[in-house]
Amino acid sequence: MSFQATSIRATRRAVLVAALCLGACFGQGGELRFSIRSDPKTFDPLLAEDDASETVRYLTGGTLIRIDRRTQKFIPELAESWQITAGGTKIAFKLRQGVLFSDGTPFSADDVAHTFRRVMDPNLHSPVGDSFRGGPGEIKTEVQGPARITVTFPAALAGVERLFDQLTIVSSRSPKKELATLGPFVLGEHKPGSYVLFRRNPNYWKKDAAGRRLPYLDSVRADIQQNLDLELLRFKRGEVQLIDTLDPELFDRLSADSPGEAKNAGASLESEMLWFNQVAAAPLPAYKKAWFRSKDFRRAVSSAINRGDLCRLAYKGHADPAAGPISGANRLWVNAKLTPHVFEPQAALARLQRGGFRLEAGTLRDPQGNVVEFSLATNSGNKSRARIAALIQQDLAKIGIRLNVVPLDFPSLIERMTRTYDYEACLLGLVNVDLDPNSQMNVWLSSAGNHQWNPKQKTPETPWEAEIDRLMLAQSSALDPKKRKAAFDRVQEIVWEEAPFLYLVNKHALAAVSRSVLNASPVALWPRLYWNPEYLQVANQMARTR
Amino acid sequence: MTTAAKVAGVLLLVVTATSLAAGLLSPVSYETQFRESPNAPPCRQFPLGTDELGRDRLARLLYGSRVSLLLAPAAAGLSVALSALIGITAGYAGGWVERATMAAADLFVSLPWLFLLLTVRALLPLNVTPWASILITFLLLGVLSWAPGARVIRAGASALKRSEFALLARASGCPKPRLLWKHILPNLRPLMAAQFWIAIPVFILSEANLGMLGLGIAEPLPSWGGLLAELQDPGRVGGNPVLLAPAVLLTVFLSCLQFVFSKEDQ
Repeated sequence: MSFQATSIRATRRAVLVAALCLGACFGQGGELRFSIRSDPKTFDPLLAEDDASETVRYLTGGTLIRIDRRTQKFIPELAESWQITAGGTKIAFKLRQGVLFSDGTPFSADDVAHTFRRVMDPNLHSPVGDSFRGGPGEIKTEVQGPARITVTFPAALAGVERLFDQLTIVSSRSPKKELATLGPFVLGEHKPGSYVLFRRNPNYWKKDAAGRRLPYLDSVRADIQQNLDLELLRFKRGEVQLIDTLDPELFDRLSADSPGEAKNAGASLESEMLWFNQVAAAPLPAYKKAWFRSKDFRRAVSSAINRGDLCRLAYKGHADPAAGPISGANRLWVNAKLTPHVFEPQAALARLQRGGFRLEAGTLRDPQGNVVEFSLATNSGNKSRARIAALIQQDLAKIGIRLNVVPLDFPSLIERMTRTYDYEACLLGLVNVDLDPNSQMNVWLSSAGNHQWNPKQKTPETPWEAEIDRLMLAQSSALDPKKRKAAFDRVQEIVWEEAPFLYLVNKHALAAVSRSVLNASPVALWPRLYWNPEYLQVANQMARTR
Repeated sequence: MTTAAKVAGVLLLVVTATSLAAGLLSPVSYETQFRESPNAPPCRQFPLGTDELGRDRLARLLYGSRVSLLLAPAAAGLSVALSALIGITAGYAGGWVERATMAAADLFVSLPWLFLLLTVRALLPLNVTPWASILITFLLLGVLSWAPGARVIRAGASALKRSEFALLARASGCPKPRLLWKHILPNLRPLMAAQFWIAIPVFILSEANLGMLGLGIAEPLPSWGGLLAELQDPGRVGGNPVLLAPAVLLTVFLSCLQFVFSKEDQ
């Protein structure tokens, strides 16, 4: 009994000591370091377009609404609440009171109105403003007091809340203009080609559950580093504490060296896909155009590709076979009923034979006797993509199709894809940064420039493309989320059935988090690791010295 | 020839003969994917192990050597022939022809050849077999590399044209074609041979550079460049030194080549 009591007391003391140590190690303060690929092109949050500028915007900017990167739901930030009315054309915000910009200027509805005036200024050419332009007409703001504002759009914008995740509120009164921020950090120093330093915003409005003012960190340093191998080396030395994106080789190497620090967040929003050139005016022989425009040909090729092997060999198991345009990481919009096209080479061959193709001495010939051979263009220098191409080449050889893999430098590839249409099939990747299907209008509408297999059609050339057009326009104007989901689910089903894009794999979100960082949990959405910068903590200097 | 040069010559012969006998020495094809054995270590079935797609590294090294060793000399021959044609014409004709040709050569030398090669490669038809792609790659290397050789040969031809024996031949009524064919060309042969031997390693390395960029020879055909591209991930080499085999072979081959022919020149 006495032994048990002593043991319990000892355990309690150990827990207390551990808690104190943890508190000491992960207390307030410290500097978090990670790498970005290039210098930010702008520090104006309304002009941010490149990844580095968006990182600056995310760390420093305050928004009315945020998309919670973990749950993928909208959460109130500077707006305490909001209400969409008048058929989706009006959104009324109730703003948080007592909030200050980093320079001490108070935040009010006037700042929101000023931000809208600035972002919609046609002379500014703001990419954020472009996403708010749903149609002709002006966006109007009506300030109804310091904490209330209504924004009126000329036409209903489906899923408009998501757009506010990118709209950083700028001050209407601060002399520092856009450098006065409402986010957890402020821009401290920028040494071009070397680093961007962010310092703690002393006026940040958010507090933790214990009432402590956030953020925990004193500073964040984004080092400019393009070389991924060097980035991993610096991570191992403790010079950077987060790596946002790792390729499968580096991930496996880190897993072997330091298993707890390599993090796989599951399927990402990135997918690899293959498509055939279906442009009527493309400089290709008529018989090849006929193959590429045949659904049976596309589906047969799709069924002949072993997606399991692509994941296992090209991505070392860090990818999942893809079923359609939306990865499972996009929980709101994925059509969960769809499964990847099944790998069935014999069924693929039978399908082709039903269409008049025949296998002669290991070579597939079309009904006119032409040898079935086509080229697959892809960008050079991407190791995983080169492996995918080599695997597909062997898979298709099993049903008698000759595939010639052609790696091209990226500008040449884009020239062929978008201007001359002088290619037969293309293998590339796609990243859906925005979860909402409205951001994919430029891909799915037959008139769109990024409708890669047959862009810029005057009228839809096939009934199924007409149906996709109708469904995409319907979902973009519907306000009922269920109706939008139903319409986009149907789009995904048509794409699965007609296979204009053969979706191959969804890559995993691979990242690295140092043991010295607390509260960092990788997610599939950008930014994968520092989506909650105000809550991140690092082991302080004293703890590191110990 | 010294003993060391003889050893280097024997090594060259062994490498060349081994690559030519690739079909006999390797029981499997360079393109067969043993998908259940990716990244296998050296073993009885795969003496140099397998690559990421389960392909036999030994077979790929042997066939890759054959590709590089056969086509680099062919491209060097083409390059020297072009250089000789342009250089001799310029040197022998003199005047504005010489000035214009050398200005063109200077321009060609100053062009960034890699970008030039990329541009030309991008303009070519896509749907070509791997063998055609390799021929195109080396043909381009040969055609685009005439300028440095042409400058050297032009200087030689110009000097020979002004030499005493050429003057004597002209004074004796020797027609120009005969003078060129019987007197100038034989005297330029050592210069052209030197250009040829210099060009071989240059082309092998150029193909290797293109391969490192993923723009060399198309899959599934192996080449030294494509095999060397695996070394871009230095972390892998420590765990699998077999990856260094193509680099070692390339180094040995180029060293032997330089050793043998620099001694011969002397």
